[in-house]
Amino acid sequence: MKKVFGRTRTLRDTHTHYCPGCGHGIAHRLVAEVIDELGIRERTIGVAPIGCAVLAYYYWDLDICEAPHGRPPAVATGMKSVNPKNIVFTYQGDGDLAAIGFNETIHTANRGENITVIFINNAVYGMTGGQMAPTTLCGQVTATTPSGRNVKRYGHPIHVAELLANLPGVSFSSRVALSDIPNIMKTKQAIKKAFQVQMDGKGFSIVEILSPCPTYWRKTPVESLKFIKEKMVKTFPLGVFKECGKK
Amino acid sequence: MKSKAAKERKVLMCGNEVIGEAAVQAGCRHYFGYPITPQNELTAYMAKRMEEVGGVFLQSESELAAINMVLGASACGARAMTSSSSPGISLKQEGISYIAGMELPAVIVNVMRGGPGLGNISPSQSDYFQAVKGGGHGDYRIIVLAPSCSQELYDLTALAFDLADTYRNPVMILADGILGQMMEPVALRQINPKHVKKPWVLTGAKNRPGRRLCSLFLETGGLEKHNASLQEKYRRIKAKEVRCETYNISGAEVIAVAYGSSARLTKAAVKMAEERGIKAGYIKPITLWPFPEDVFIKEKDKNKKYLVVEMNEGQMVEDVERCVGDRKRVFFYGHAGGWIPQTEDIFKRIKKLA
Amino acid sequence: MGKVVINSARCKGCGLCIEVCPKNVLVPSSKNNHLGIYVVEVKNKEECIGCSRCAIICPDAAIEVYR
Repeated sequence: MKKVFGRTRTLRDTHTHYCPGCGHGIAHRLVAEVIDELGIRERTIGVAPIGCAVLAYYYWDLDICEAPHGRPPAVATGMKSVNPKNIVFTYQGDGDLAAIGFNETIHTANRGENITVIFINNAVYGMTGGQMAPTTLCGQVTATTPSGRNVKRYGHPIHVAELLANLPGVSFSSRVALSDIPNIMKTKQAIKKAFQVQMDGKGFSIVEILSPCPTYWRKTPVESLKFIKEKMVKTFPLGVFKECGKK
Repeated sequence: MKSKAAKERKVLMCGNEVIGEAAVQAGCRHYFGYPITPQNELTAYMAKRMEEVGGVFLQSESELAAINMVLGASACGARAMTSSSSPGISLKQEGISYIAGMELPAVIVNVMRGGPGLGNISPSQSDYFQAVKGGGHGDYRIIVLAPSCSQELYDLTALAFDLADTYRNPVMILADGILGQMMEPVALRQINPKHVKKPWVLTGAKNRPGRRLCSLFLETGGLEKHNASLQEKYRRIKAKEVRCETYNISGAEVIAVAYGSSARLTKAAVKMAEERGIKAGYIKPITLWPFPEDVFIKEKDKNKKYLVVEMNEGQMVEDVERCVGDRKRVFFYGHAGGWIPQTEDIFKRIKKLA
Repeated sequence: MGKVVINSARCKGCGLCIEVCPKNVLVPSSKNNHLGIYVVEVKNKEECIGCSRCAIICPDAAIEVYR
């Protein structure tokens, strides 16, 4: 028999600190597979965020750098400016990208920086104990919204992929979900597309990934995937919001 | 071949631009900045010069972004610089702490203005504490260079890049609004950047395992070990990199202590005192960190008095008191908020102490 | 005809693989690994068709598939 599925070169064979059923592990593996399939590991540099994925540099066998909370796009901008031939990507959560770092996100996208952003939207702050994120659903209970997210107080969840698609510097903006096998396959295709956009020098690319957080959704891993399919995608529709060449 | 005289030809330039030219000559090809007075001439100069030399100039969306762009460029091996003025430097402190923790080289220019808060745009030395006592979170040190004239702006900026690379540490040029705005002749000497090997740089993991640059140490004892190694580096810097200008310390009854712009005025006051028969001298720290402690500690004469002159409400004076070890012999003259000491007034205070 | 190999040192017992397996090859185990986690194990191995669904959804890259 032949091995048809296993870890690829870029994914280190190590235990991760993620909770059982956490989507980060799937997303990490997909990113690693894409990098290996495109054959770009030897020129790729990653930027890890602050949040649950802060230890991503232990899981990918890549050149990778830490960034202060919310600043990965700025760090990536600096990196790309040194050697534009490097493939530079950031991996960020919703608090990192859409709250504390939204300024960096929008301006990096607007400049059309030729980098790729992998954006994990799990609608909570995981690392700090399940607080409300900018993407927390209306009515969703979190550590800081014990009666559910109140729209009058906090407004509606931020739609990052749609917002960024409006900027001319953005060449690819897509939202996908880790909710089942077909959607995981689509997620991989979107990640691949985003990296290809960068390889073609077309500018900023972002993949927003709806990802399960069983621990702070207070659900089992299986229930969490159901929650994405039944609830989350109603707030965050899946699809490609922008795909074009940079002018 | 150019003659030495030609090489030493002086040009008249604004201080902020002198810093920029020194950076270019020192091999800086990555500059990231955000507008703030009184350092705007530097940003504009770098915009123009980076175009000319094929470097990277980027006006960032904020000071936070600028310092993190420096972090990214430095992680990839570039000599990178950012500049700002006091309130903007406050914003950069987060990034400076990370850069120090990750042990990356970086050059940060602070053309100080008055504070706290928005303060004003007048020259000030209000950021001594912020620059030399940490500024951001954690136990770290940055090398702080304090120029007092355009020539020092040029020479110390070049030195800053060498020190940053040598020690993998942030270096700050602590200037002020007078130095940044003032025009005076400066010799644009040829700078030979020190070549420092950087085996830690991120290039893409070609034929090797991936590298990581981080300041997070979660394993038991890991952060303690990292901090111990940082402190060891800081001890090495303290042993090797103290820079200081002194004049007539042994013969003086009154020693004036000042850095930057106030040092120039203080030097003139010391000269005035000498002309009137007063035994005066001065100490001008050039590195504020590492502070020239030994100059004070080695002075055994217990009768000498020290007059510290600062354009603030008394910051460096605390270090002088610490090093002299006798607060009764350390006097302070200074104000905050855009005040500039007059030579006559400094002289009067020296005279009173003599 | 397929075969799945579960690396029990990496498995966190989340059970997503059990959920997506079309042939009920996998089951929760009563055995725990070195971290005290009740891992997933292969029960009906002759049923495996090597479709890789379990491996695709595994958040811990703990499953290898052969065909």
